[in-house]
Amino acid sequence: MATAHSRTAARLMLSPAVILLLLWMIVPLGMTLYFSFLRYNLLMPGMETFVGFENYYYFVNQPAFWSALSNTLILVLGVLCITVVGGILLALLLDQPFWGQGIVRVLVIAPFFVMPTVSALVWKNMFMNPVNGMFAHMAKSLGLQPFDFLSHAPLASIILIVAWQWLPFATLILLTALQSLDREQQEAAEMDGAGWLPRFVYLTVPHLTRSITVVILIQTIFLLSVFAEILVTTNGGPGTASTNLTYLVYAQSLLNYDVGGGSAGGIIAVILANIVAIFLMRMIGKNLEA
Amino acid sequence: MGKITLNQVRKSFGEVDVIPGIDLTINEGEFVVFVGPSGCGKSTLLRLIAGLEDTSGGIIQIDGMDATDLPPAKRRLAMVFQSYALYPHMSVRKNIAFPLKMAGMDAAEQDKRVNHAAKILNLGAYLDRRPGQLSGGQRQRVAIGRAIVREPAAFLFDEPLSNLDAALRVSMRQEISELHQTLKTTMIYVTHDQVEAMTMADKIVVLNAGRIEQVGSPMDLYRSPANLFVAGFIGSPKMNLIDGAEAAKHDATTIGIRPEHITIGGDGPWEGVVGLSEHLGSDTFLKVNAGALGTLTVRASGEVMMHHGDTIRMAPQPGKILRFGADGNALA
Repeated sequence: MATAHSRTAARLMLSPAVILLLLWMIVPLGMTLYFSFLRYNLLMPGMETFVGFENYYYFVNQPAFWSALSNTLILVLGVLCITVVGGILLALLLDQPFWGQGIVRVLVIAPFFVMPTVSALVWKNMFMNPVNGMFAHMAKSLGLQPFDFLSHAPLASIILIVAWQWLPFATLILLTALQSLDREQQEAAEMDGAGWLPRFVYLTVPHLTRSITVVILIQTIFLLSVFAEILVTTNGGPGTASTNLTYLVYAQSLLNYDVGGGSAGGIIAVILANIVAIFLMRMIGKNLEA
Repeated sequence: MGKITLNQVRKSFGEVDVIPGIDLTINEGEFVVFVGPSGCGKSTLLRLIAGLEDTSGGIIQIDGMDATDLPPAKRRLAMVFQSYALYPHMSVRKNIAFPLKMAGMDAAEQDKRVNHAAKILNLGAYLDRRPGQLSGGQRQRVAIGRAIVREPAAFLFDEPLSNLDAALRVSMRQEISELHQTLKTTMIYVTHDQVEAMTMADKIVVLNAGRIEQVGSPMDLYRSPANLFVAGFIGSPKMNLIDGAEAAKHDATTIGIRPEHITIGGDGPWEGVVGLSEHLGSDTFLKVNAGALGTLTVRASGEVMMHHGDTIRMAPQPGKILRFGADGNALA
């Protein structure tokens, strides 16, 4: 199988796919990099000139940038905290034997199948709306003043919506990990005098670390680029209170017609994603080694 | 310390009575082996004693105290599992110290006990490794170490050797027997392997379909099995069971004769044609087709050169024929 000849043949046959994937990645990245050095405004087509790092300078020095950066990180961290902790608790609950387990598990996974735009709109109009929303009704029935979530706590509301979407994913992965927990180990610990909490701390949590790592890594990739939920709920506002880096890039290039500035923002987002990735791999990557 | 009494202990899973009712006394310091075919309820019985399953009825007493409703941790029993059940994220040292840590023992005493157990079990060199870096036999020793440090009233072993290869099984068997000699603690050992039962036990409890078929020392069971089930289960190769005319001659429905109690040659009363012969060097096992008697297994010592198709005469050794009645029980 692994003769020199068969290896060469294997490489040859793999190469079209690999080259296609490489082009798929490298061409958009290269073009974004190229645009980021141009003065490229959609209102003045055909007037592109090379401006060096000017786009980067103006993108970073606009007042919205730093708040967008911190909003991005708060959004990622907030959703990760809620989904990991909530996912562990939900998984522990769903791991218990109870009647109707199969149906409940399917229902729990359901939010993951709802499109982000749809779920965000449902949350905005049916739950968080200060006049017609469910939460407003609940507040009014208790005699309280309805709270306008999307105006007064825009970022927290978006974190809530996104966490609701990603909770099933975390639950699912952690549940499968829980199910592979060795029953004899639990019994041995029980005989060793370990109560529920020590068993959770000394056996369950170490067993789950690898799955938690997977959840964190995968979710971080997707959470850094949350966009649809912001677009359909707050449009990044009020002001820039719920603008993250992705939304800022969108605003720069399509609302301000400044493709060059948007591209610079895109490259900054790529750099940020890589910094986060390096940090994550340093911190928790070792959990993935067998 | 370590006397366990079962009084009409029952266990049913839903409609199924796994254990319809067992009375048994395990004396202090005894090495008791529960043996039986798979599905006979021996592991369930052990788990009932351990407290990992709730009884459906009856009383379990440990050292004269009713332990039926005590949680497993309060019964002062230590268990060694078939899969070892080591904690994979902890070093060997932490694994062994875990029950002590849970008991809130101070660090110095923990260290002392762990080192003592490691010395008994020759684990000194591995204390800082993870279970995943150990071989099967070493893992089993760690599991035993984790049981020893608690200084329990009794040890429970649930088929501890079935994941090991044949050679290691023999040496671990001896180690466990020696451990019992050293600690003199009550041990209850579950196995489906009658060789383990015969070699290790002070007392064998033969179980079948949740019922005790016979309790006795290994040689009792070998010499005078109470019924056909025990007769067929204890001893390797299996006892020859003959019914029909030959049994009627001895006033029994079935007679049993062990392969090692049949003498070949001379002018024995039985005649047969050698079918398969297994030459082990020290012994030779012959499958002899003896007509109306059926196929008999005969054990001959040493290198007996007999082959397929040879006709031989055989004689049962006097006084070694066991007689069973129509109900399967032994006749006096």
